[in-house]
Formats: sequence, structure tokens, C-alpha cells
Amino acid sequence: MKIIVCLKQVPDTAATIKVKPDGSGVETEGITYVINPYDEFALEEALRIKERLGEGEVTVITLGPPKAKEALRTALAMGADKGVHLSDPAFEGGDSYATAKALARAIQGLPYDLILCGKQAVDDDAAQVGPAMAELLGLPQACVITKLEIDANRKKAVVHRQIEGASEIMEVSLPAVFTAQKGLNEPRYPSLKGIMGAKKKEIAEHNPSSLGLSPEEVGLAGSKVKILKLSPPPSRATGKILEGEPREQASQLVKLLREEAKII
Amino acid sequence: MDLSLTEEQLLFQKTARDFATKELAPIASQLDEEGRFPSEIVKKLGELGFMGIAIPEEYGGAGADYRCYVLALEEICKACASTGVVMSVNNSLVCDPLYMFGSDEQKRRYLTPLAKGEKLGCFALSEPNAGSDAANQQTTARREGDTYVLNGTKIFITNAPEADISIVFAQADKTKGHRGICAFIVEKGTPGFRVGKVEKKLGIKASSSSELILEDCRVPRENLLGEEGQGFKIAMATLDGGRIGIAAQAVGIAQACLDASIRYAKERVQFGQPIASFQAIQWMLADMATQIEAARLLTYRAAFVKDKGDRFSKESAMAKLYASEIAMAAGVKAIQIFGGYGYMMDYPVQRFFRDAKVTEIYEGTSEVQRMVIAHSLLA
Ligand SMILES: Cc1cc2nc3c(=O)[nH]c(=O)nc-3n(C[C@H](O)[C@H](O)[C@H](O)COP(=O)(O)OP(=O)(O)OC[C@H]3O[C@@H](n4cnc5c(N)ncnc54)[C@H](O)[C@@H]3O)c2cc1C
Repeated sequence: MKIIVCLKQVPDTAATIKVKPDGSGVETEGITYVINPYDEFALEEALRIKERLGEGEVTVITLGPPKAKEALRTALAMGADKGVHLSDPAFEGGDSYATAKALARAIQGLPYDLILCGKQAVDDDAAQVGPAMAELLGLPQACVITKLEIDANRKKAVVHRQIEGASEIMEVSLPAVFTAQKGLNEPRYPSLKGIMGAKKKEIAEHNPSSLGLSPEEVGLAGSKVKILKLSPPPSRATGKILEGEPREQASQLVKLLREEAKII
Repeated sequence: MDLSLTEEQLLFQKTARDFATKELAPIASQLDEEGRFPSEIVKKLGELGFMGIAIPEEYGGAGADYRCYVLALEEICKACASTGVVMSVNNSLVCDPLYMFGSDEQKRRYLTPLAKGEKLGCFALSEPNAGSDAANQQTTARREGDTYVLNGTKIFITNAPEADISIVFAQADKTKGHRGICAFIVEKGTPGFRVGKVEKKLGIKASSSSELILEDCRVPRENLLGEEGQGFKIAMATLDGGRIGIAAQAVGIAQACLDASIRYAKERVQFGQPIASFQAIQWMLADMATQIEAARLLTYRAAFVKDKGDRFSKESAMAKLYASEIAMAAGVKAIQIFGGYGYMMDYPVQRFFRDAKVTEIYEGTSEVQRMVIAHSLLA
């Protein structure tokens, strides 16, 4: 079974994010990067499927700057077999659509039975690349899955999706695109042996022309959404401590809620 | 000397850090309080390749080097120094001598499961009357046909209660002095071989140290490690590597002291301001950070020299001496910065302080390290 896992390198969830003064982006100085946590669930699931079946190949693919290769190396150290890196200045600044298009194009050139992504990237939270890619590839999709079972004949999969107050169980024909939600599994740590072996694994490089895409179709130029400005969330105002007898405090509170907070 | 870390080393450091923060840090205080051996953690460390880091893959190891080893150990010890010593003993004091001096059969039979972390090892050199003077071995080995008969008592042996495989030193020919000492591989369950008193300790309470008692314990000749009379040389060569591990352990403990101190100093308010705004506190933090950096560089350098294949006794002794002394000093400062709270068992700095002390003692006291360094200067 050939499985493709799409992953994105994102700032560590523990990092403190600062917006650049001109609002054009975030300060990258001092930020450590990790594999997007939801993509780690996708990768872990792919590795488990391969282990369960006792055969198969897991290819990890990312679109990102040269630094994003670290994410691929980590994935290879965890057990993926091959990497594909879409890296070129022309890819920069792309929206979900441009990214999905480039990824879909790279995937078209590869054999696959299953494509797994994270449900969203924790940096821009758009949650669109997986579904858009499925559309572009003409494949069925199921998003936000918490359980995945491959049928014995490997033509179908049963997935569990988290929906409001319940879980939805779906049967999907393969190949398909699934996006992973927390709860799907507990990702492993790369073993030291895996880390030592990762450098021997192949990472294929792509730019727009090797994917048969023109520079206008990728990155900022190929995007339908343009980011105008980033601004930090307003900092939380300091709390107020009311004083006096309980009775006085209660009436002060009501007054503040009505006149200042304007919520009653 | 290039001390910048490679991509693999950085990834390995990150993995060790993630593991230590997620799996170990949350339970370290409890392990210490209960004096409980972290068997589940040790099993996971084995699966990750942490129990035989510098041993080649063909013998079950991860095929990395001492630089990876010190990176991992620092991260593990930052969270839990007890777990660190369990790992360090298995890597440096058991796997290393088996790899350096073992026959191919011994490597396959004993080293492979140890390096994989499927089995645990211990190193039994110290005796009631052979501490710093390790050559004064009272444990005897008498040759009888195809076996050696061992008699004696070892003390303070880390991992001994849990160990499957022990490296035991004994005197086979008193007339030859330290050239009469032999090293043996003794399996758990060998008749006449048992665990004696398990010690109650000041620190590293989640690792265990105990006596090992040998009473007419018969060990087959195939279990002689190296040559007859080579035991003391094996012990000294092993400890040279081990000291790099203890240096890394000390750096990890010292870093834990600094991290906790910085966090606390920013939060604790006295005289209307965080105590971090007082120069007296800032200077303590600055000194700690500088000493830790120096200790870390000495440790990396010792690992680097060892990986290169050069002599490294002096480098490892210097790293261990300096790192252990600044770890102890960092423990003292951390408690000072925490004030009364630092003295209470509810805060972790008292554990770092207690754990730091042993790094100045085992695998050669600070005095012994100075002897080793001076010896190499004056040789
Ligand atoms: C927690 C713990 C775990 C241990 N684990 C192991 C283990 O796994 N395997 C093992 O074999 N051993 C182990 N040991 C033993 C340890 O290596 C010894 O305790 C150490 O080498 C010191 O020996 P000693 O305790 O007999 O002290 P002593 O040698 O009696 O030393 C007492 C004091 O005298 C000083 N001193 C001694 N000789 C000299 C000299 N010539 N010049 C100047 N000063 C000197 C020492 O530095 C020290 O300050 C462990 C010890 C501890 C505390």
C-alpha cells in the first residue's frame, strides 16, 4: 500500500509569536519549528498502517522554504520511506489554493492508494489544503477523522469523523484523502536508529517547472487570497478588584456590567 | 574543533528533550519521593535506542556517538537525574567495556540485548575497602578448571537490584597487585550471586544502589572479559568514558536549576517587584549560566576527543570535575533564589540540589579527578 502524507513545518506551538511592526508577517527570529501536530497524527497513522499490513511505502511531502527539509528529515527519522520537497522562492506567499494545487500536481506524479493530511495547520488554521487537494485530484475525502480502518481487500476504508455531539462513521472508496484529528493516535518519537538512518533516505526536490506549473500558477501570484495585514490580538485589559461590603460590590458589579462591559 | 551540532544531532537532542519534558518531567518528583525505579521509562528509552547510543547497530546499538550520548543524557537529567544515571551506567559502564573488550560471542550474547535495552546492566567495582583506591580489590577469583570461583562483597552498585547482567571485578592473583585483577560477566540468577542491602540515599532516589554478594559463585571461563589480569585496565578505560556521561548528567542538573531559578525569579514579587529585578539575583543567574556553558563545552569537547579516537582521560576528568562542582553550586544558588520555598519538598530545586551532590562522588570523587588531571600534566 502506497501512502502519501502531506505535512507542513510550523512554529512550535509553545513559541511566543510576535507580529512584525509593519504587519507583513511574524518575526521568525528565535522561533523553533516543528511538524504541524495534526500532520504528525497523519504520519503516525500511515506508519501504523504500513506496520499492520507488513508492507507498503510512506512518502512524505511538504511545500516550504529550505528549512522545511528538517520536517521531512524528522518524518523520515520516524519511519517514512521517502521525502518530496517543493521548494522554490516562487512558491512563497501562496494561499491554501496555490499550495493545494502544487501538492496535487506533485502527487499526480506518484503512485498512491491513500493520502493523509492534518485537519489544519496550527499557524494559519485555514483547514483547506486537504479538501482542496482532494477536489483537484478528483478523489473522495473525509475530514477530521479520529479512526481509520482499511478494508481487507484494500479497496475501501471505514473512518470515524468527529461531528457536533456525535461521531459519524463513513465508508469511503480508495484512493481517498483523509485529514487527521487529535485522538487518531499517539505519535511516536523518532528513534535514534531512525534518526541515524534518515540521512540515507531520498528526498526529491521540485520547483514549479519540474511540476509543469508556470510561475503565475504558484505562490503569491497563483493565490486567490492575499493577506493584507497581520495584527496581534488586543492585549487583555487588567482585571478590576471590587472593594467594600458584598452588597456594595454586587451593585458596583451590575453597574460595570451594564455600563462598561455592556453585556447586561 | 567544530562544536556546531549536525542536523541529526539537533534532531536527536530535540527528541530527547521532547521525551524528557512529556514523559519524564511530570513524574520525576513522584519517582524521587517514592524511590521507585522507572522501569516503564527505561523500557521506552530502550526502544528509542537510548540504552546503547554509541554501540554499532550490529550489536543492537543505535550506531551513534558520544556526542549524541551527552546530548541525550543532558536532556534526560534535566528532567530526572535518577533516570539519567540508569541510562549512563548501562551505556558507559556496561555496554562500552563489552564492546571494547568482549569476544564476539560475548558481544552477541550480552552486549546486544543490553544495547537494545531489553536487558539492564551494572558495573561492580567498589567495595567497602576499595573506593577511591579501586585497585585494593578484596573480592577474589579462584581458577578451578573451566570456571572461576568468586567470593566477596561489592557496595553502592547502581542498577544492581534490577540488573540482568553485571560486570564484576575480582582479584585473581594478589601477588600481581592491580595486574592480578580480572573482569567477569555475571548473569542474574547465577548460584552464589545475590543482591544484598539496598541503600537509602540522599539523592538520585529513583535509581537503586545496592550490595552484590558473591559466595562461591561459579562463573564459566567464557565469561572472563578481556584477558586475565586486564581487569583494572578495563575498569579505568571504562570510567574514562563514564565520566563524560556524569559530566553531562551534572550539566543537565545545573541547567534544571537555572531554568527553575529564572522562572521563579520573574514570578516572585518582594518589595513590590519581581526578585529578578534585584542585581543580587541577576548576578547569581549570570554566574550559573556562564558556568553551565563552560561545563557543557568541556563535556562536548571530551565527547568530541573520544569520538575522534584520541586519548581523552584528562578531558573527561576535567569535564566531570568542573561540571559536577558547578552543578552543586547551581543547586545551592537555586535554593537561595527560591528562599524558604526552595527548602520545601513541594518545590523541585531541593531534588536538583540532592541529586547534584553525587556527581562529585561517583565514578571518582573530585579529588580523584584532580589526581587524574595532575597525573597527566606531570607525566
Ligand atoms: C549513589 C552511588 C552510586 C554508586 N554506583 C557505583 C557503581 O555503580 N559501581 C561502583 O563500582 N561503584 C559505585 N559507587 C561507588 C563510588 O564510585 C565510590 O563511592 C567512590 O569512588 C568513592 O569511594 P568511597 O565511597 O569509598 O570513598 P573514599 O575513597 O573512602 O573517599 C573518602 C574521601 O577521601 C578522599 N580521598 C580518597 N583517597 C584520596 C587520595 N588519595 N587523595 C585525596 N583524597 C582522597 C575522597 O576524595 C573522599 O573525599 C557509587 C556511589 C554512590 C554514592
